[in-house]
Amino acid sequence: MQMPEPDQAIIDAKRDIVAALQAIVPGEGVIVDEDELRAYETDGLTAYKQLPLIVVLPETTEQVSRILKCCRERGVKVVPRGAGTSLSGGALPLADGIILGLGKFNRVLEIDLENRCAVVQPGVTNLGVTKAVEADGFYYAPDPSSQIACTIGGNVAENSGGVHCLKYGLTTNNLLGLEMVLMDGTILRVGGKHLDAEGYDLLGLMTGSEGLLGVVTEVTVRLLRKPETARAVLLGFETAEQAGDTVAAIIAAGIIPGGMEMMDKPAIHAAEDFVQAGYPLDVEALLIVELDGPQAEVDHLLAEVSRIAEEHGAITSRVSESEEERLSFWAGRKAAFPAVGRISPDYYCMDGTIPRAQLPLVLRRMREMSEKYGLRVANVFHAGDGNLHPLILYDANKPGELEAAEDFGSDILKLCVEVGGVLTGEHGVGVEKRDLMGEMFSEIDLKQQQRVKCAFDPEALLNPGKVFPQLHRCAELGRMHISGGKLPFPDLPRF
Amino acid sequence: MGSTFSAENRDQVVEAVAWAAAEEQPLEILGRGSKRALGRPVQAAHSLDLSKLSGITLYEPEELVLSARAGTPLAEIEAALDAENQMMAFEPADLAPLLGTETGNGSIGGMLACNLSGPRRIKAGAARDHFLGVESASGRGEVFKSGGRVVKNVTGYDLCKLLCGSYGTLAVMTDVTLKVLPRPQKTYTVLLLGLDDATAVKAMSRALGSPHEVAGAAHLPAALAAGSEVSYVAAAGGAVTALRLEGPGPSVEYRCAALRRELADLGETEELHSQNSLTFWRELRDVRPFWTGSDRAVWRLSVAPSLGPEVVASIAEGEAFYDWGGGLVWLALSADGDAGAARIRDVLQPLGGHATLIRAPAEVRAAEAVFQPQDPAMAALQARVKEGFDPHRILNPGRMYAGL
Repeated sequence: MQMPEPDQAIIDAKRDIVAALQAIVPGEGVIVDEDELRAYETDGLTAYKQLPLIVVLPETTEQVSRILKCCRERGVKVVPRGAGTSLSGGALPLADGIILGLGKFNRVLEIDLENRCAVVQPGVTNLGVTKAVEADGFYYAPDPSSQIACTIGGNVAENSGGVHCLKYGLTTNNLLGLEMVLMDGTILRVGGKHLDAEGYDLLGLMTGSEGLLGVVTEVTVRLLRKPETARAVLLGFETAEQAGDTVAAIIAAGIIPGGMEMMDKPAIHAAEDFVQAGYPLDVEALLIVELDGPQAEVDHLLAEVSRIAEEHGAITSRVSESEEERLSFWAGRKAAFPAVGRISPDYYCMDGTIPRAQLPLVLRRMREMSEKYGLRVANVFHAGDGNLHPLILYDANKPGELEAAEDFGSDILKLCVEVGGVLTGEHGVGVEKRDLMGEMFSEIDLKQQQRVKCAFDPEALLNPGKVFPQLHRCAELGRMHISGGKLPFPDLPRF
Repeated sequence: MGSTFSAENRDQVVEAVAWAAAEEQPLEILGRGSKRALGRPVQAAHSLDLSKLSGITLYEPEELVLSARAGTPLAEIEAALDAENQMMAFEPADLAPLLGTETGNGSIGGMLACNLSGPRRIKAGAARDHFLGVESASGRGEVFKSGGRVVKNVTGYDLCKLLCGSYGTLAVMTDVTLKVLPRPQKTYTVLLLGLDDATAVKAMSRALGSPHEVAGAAHLPAALAAGSEVSYVAAAGGAVTALRLEGPGPSVEYRCAALRRELADLGETEELHSQNSLTFWRELRDVRPFWTGSDRAVWRLSVAPSLGPEVVASIAEGEAFYDWGGGLVWLALSADGDAGAARIRDVLQPLGGHATLIRAPAEVRAAEAVFQPQDPAMAALQARVKEGFDPHRILNPGRMYAGL
């Protein structure tokens, strides 16, 4: 994995840049000591490390604007960072770039229950939003597993999902407005408390743009009323096919569960050993189906789901009879990553999405790859929306295993694209999947995306080295080549 | 004398756009032309008609996904979904009767290009939230794709969002993929009778803040309620506030009873069952209250829901009704002069939100800003985005903003 060649002139100008930044953010907001910089050298994708040139921690939008303007004038690259939980290396620093940390933007600015929204700063954690409104019976729907730590700003950058997004949508479906700062220091507001802001949908574009277009300094999120009740059912199957068919049949019956998760045998065993969730151990696939909503609806649909599962060969079926039991069903799933961490020195988490019907094929091919690479794989799967999280088990201390795990991972993602899916469902491209973008997109597709980038950041100073395998200069992208000069219109039918 | 190019496949779309780019000839992009009277009139000698670029190319009900060519009639898509008991959950409106064109004639591409969503927007999201993947020809005459056929996808920028609501000014969509959802088994509507606007919006806010999963919240003042085809609504003799509940039978019955009980302090309540409910919400979706009096201008305002009544009171002209819990205001007033543009923009300026002139004579739509004017920094950014897709500004020039 190659990052852009560092610019030695920028590294040599560090003292001047530090002085300029200190003039904007006084006190301890500018970090230069190597020991302190160390805390920022990686994110949730710990295989890659790089010390940043400088870290700056502004407290106001105006400071962010001045920092970006200052960096642009000097040609300094900027990597925005929330809590640094990215699993794709989205916040990986650059040797000649600053880290712009938004951690001090940690206040809930306004709770407006009448309009069912909250205005928060980007450094507020995902769970922090829900905590701020749960006493009133509301919550913020997207729930990535890292929600205790990850920030709303990072969620916007990555368009984070979670186990409930089949019914409630991803981050992009739960935002109303943003304040953001462009690389030239321009402060813009998009949307507000109203729906569907006019003009081009920059709110939708910004969500999932991985910190390459602008720095988000304020977010208005939609709040939902907490469902009256939620119950889950654990369903065990002898084959993954049966579990997959059950998922399809549930949806074909018109039921959209709040959550619908699948685990394969290695994941079930790892989770059960770790948290004793009460999972059946004699099954090849486990489904957790959660229904939420009014009591009458949940009871009705649970009966339907149980009946469908039985018809499709479920050999175990257990409905949660208490909130405690429901949470214990989820405890195993939510702890699947650390559970796998206990049975292997290292693991590599993938994030492809596939059309659901392709699941049996993809699982079979993955088993073949597992044999080929000599590495074990455990699967957790957002079954409702086709988002796979294969966990590849490896030992970084054994020569060649990290590389084998990475190759195994790219083979899985290529397979996802081959069967009609995509490289990443919710973790982002970052540096991790950057060089695989050509598997999914043509050169023309990628150039069109980069022309969007040019509209926001023509010098490509914001988070370079992420998402795009090759950076084209905006001037080059702007050129139009018209072959053969101006031709009369050929023979399209006219009337 | 201009020509209409009628493309039957993607290659012909590319050919037409590449020609227009080379000649720097503006093109009006038409799906089936049903919303041609929406937006600013396009100044283009030539047009590109996509009505023959038609047909559903993939529909997998259990995967909740449907793909179609851009010119496919919405009616054809709705019929296919109906047969599987599914729907486009964002409830796309048929604005033809409002705009005075032939009903039931819109295309899927045109619907997405305008991002128009109906009453269920507040629960299920807008058209843009259901738009999974696209292939299109940019104004450079190049075919590019974005998104895919799966719901969870963060691979690259979400250009579907940009194209949705771009009124054909960025690229010509040729193939689109949508997320579809099961149709609810039952639809009931709780009616609250005789509330003034402000009380109605507070009541809707209570209902939307309840755990009863309200999937539509609208308020019609007495004069407009009286025109409904649903006899219970027309005969109510006063204003009608409506709250829609959808889902499996037992759930809908339970929630309907609970909501009526919880809102009993507001006076008399009534309930509509399935057929009447469906009719009532279709009327709202298609803006039926303003079909008559077609000489009046119609505005669509999107504001913070709690501000709806204040906005209407401050404009103090014409007739209004509310959808989206108060956040969507449909306003009809005289089309004379600027059709109320200056007054409406002044009222919204300090409060936020935006207003679109949906129906007005072409000369008014050419002279006034049809969409909410943007501040200079935002307008400049949007112009740069346009530049990246359509450097010669050949695609629907001026349809959204003059010069864009």
